Amino acid sequence: MLRYALTRGVLLIAGLLVSSVVIFFTLRVLPGDVAQLIAGTQASPDQVEAIRASLGLDRPLLAQYTDWIGGILHGDLGTSQLSGASVGAELAEKARVTWPLALMSMTIAMLIAAPFGVMSAVLRGRAGGTAMNVAAQAVAAVPVIWAGMMLVVVFAHWLGWLPAQGFPRTGWTTPGRAFESLLLPAMTIGIVEGAMLMRFVRSATLQAASQDFVRTAAAKGLTRRQALIRHGIPAVGLSIVTVLGVQVAGIIVGSVVIEQLFTLPGIGRMLVTDVGTRDLVKVQSELLVLTGFVLVIGFLVDLVHHAIDPRQREEAV
Amino acid sequence: MPRRLMPRWLRALLSSGTGLFGVIVVLLIALTALVSAFWTPFDPMISDVRGRWADPGWPHVLGTDGTGRDILSLVMAGARTTVFVAVGSGVVATGVGVALAALGALTARWMRETVAVLVDILIAFPVLMIAMMISAVWGGSLWVVVLSVGIGFGVSIARVTRPELRRVQQSDFVVAGRANGLTTGQNLVRHLLPNVAPVFIVQLSWSMAVAVLAEAGLSYLGFGATLTEASWGTLLADLQRYIGVHPLTVVWPGLAITITVLGLNLLGDALREATDPTLSHRSAQVHVPVVVA
Repeated sequence: MLRYALTRGVLLIAGLLVSSVVIFFTLRVLPGDVAQLIAGTQASPDQVEAIRASLGLDRPLLAQYTDWIGGILHGDLGTSQLSGASVGAELAEKARVTWPLALMSMTIAMLIAAPFGVMSAVLRGRAGGTAMNVAAQAVAAVPVIWAGMMLVVVFAHWLGWLPAQGFPRTGWTTPGRAFESLLLPAMTIGIVEGAMLMRFVRSATLQAASQDFVRTAAAKGLTRRQALIRHGIPAVGLSIVTVLGVQVAGIIVGSVVIEQLFTLPGIGRMLVTDVGTRDLVKVQSELLVLTGFVLVIGFLVDLVHHAIDPRQREEAV
Repeated sequence: MPRRLMPRWLRALLSSGTGLFGVIVVLLIALTALVSAFWTPFDPMISDVRGRWADPGWPHVLGTDGTGRDILSLVMAGARTTVFVAVGSGVVATGVGVALAALGALTARWMRETVAVLVDILIAFPVLMIAMMISAVWGGSLWVVVLSVGIGFGVSIARVTRPELRRVQQSDFVVAGRANGLTTGQNLVRHLLPNVAPVFIVQLSWSMAVAVLAEAGLSYLGFGATLTEASWGTLLADLQRYIGVHPLTVVWPGLAITITVLGLNLLGDALREATDPTLSHRSAQVHVPVVVA
């Protein structure tokens, strides 16, 4: 286990390094000129040059890269090129929206995927199972933006139960209102993501149903369905861990679009704005934080998977 | 083509309900895109302020939007953008996928393994992140979508194709080819690629589904289609502002995206079932794409 964790850890660090290199150098290949943007169209070339120097953009690329990474290792994500504000502080503040949103989405997705996935597997070949499968296929094809709009029409405009968009200025000091305004966005991601994962759980359950230990239990007098529910479902837990890993990337990506749709002041919306204004230092730090998050979750999922699946212990990485 | 002359995979594809649905949807979208290049009921870009927010009926079958543009024409013209992005990113994904898979399977050992590790790392990079990176540099355009989806899916195609390529490489006919004096490149084109093509095409079909979602999502965010290009994503963004007053208008572009994505996904599933004889229904693994839009 320790050996596996170490090897996998090395891969994680390599992953983070490669990501940082890819992010940094892609953003520097052909930069929109931030200095020009700050100086405005009236500025003389000298003024632009001075701003460029004050931002450190005239230094060699490699030096800029090591500065950036060195800062991050000391917990400093840099400052915005446009406003001069600390990126780390802003990220921490926006995370207060994005983090709860991701957690809520994930909960909703699991609440849909686990029971319906297992049910559609148990009912396989009957009308109910087929109907569930078809519904999952169809919902998984729905674009998140459209799902969000339809939910807004129903729950905000027709029923008037939930706010159509926005996040209370007072934030989590008014927990009820904050929670309310995250509910529709979380439902949007949760339903679409849940439909996708439901198919995953379904096939995992079907796979479990064909395992020897389920057949043995059936041979000893349980009905096939009893055998599946008592002995097969625990094995499905394993694939749920894998699913969680897949899901995190999906939810982070989904939240970028959804925060824009519901005008939520989260990390995703911040990223979209900064890409628009080409605030490169902010964009590169935000991208690294988000990608790093996906990589770390993947790492943790692999470790848990390895720890709880006895079959993996013998295998090499 | 007479039925008995069809290749077996095509027959299997058309005889499964979902496969047939996928084929029909894909053909329908392609046809709509083609027709819209020459004819749409109205000019999708011309506004008519007096005729704005017309209800569905005649002559505006799906009604008009806030500037009086005909929604049916906009949706038809949007199909062109969708087809462009799907085909474009398919081409890029094929190039990236073949290159990475070949580098990861056929070169010297150190090179092979470096590429394999690199692919394992890059696969964690969500398509949207790649798109954000490219549009931070070049600004938004449809090429951003084509490149980011193409690169992202090229990497995942390479990951699936590489082991397949390694396996086929051990086959007698490949060894015989080499013994007959074929270079690695010739062997790749003549023997290896045709044998991994089924795996490849299935992946391509799924990646096109994601391309359609990505185009809508990125155009919605303002990183995709520009104002002069009709797109389902920008249309959704436009209509969203009046969603409280005219909720019905939003239905059409969303429905178009959903049906297209469903068609491509089902086509991919059916293609895989038709081309992979080792795949039994029971052990069928589901592909789980990452939400992009």
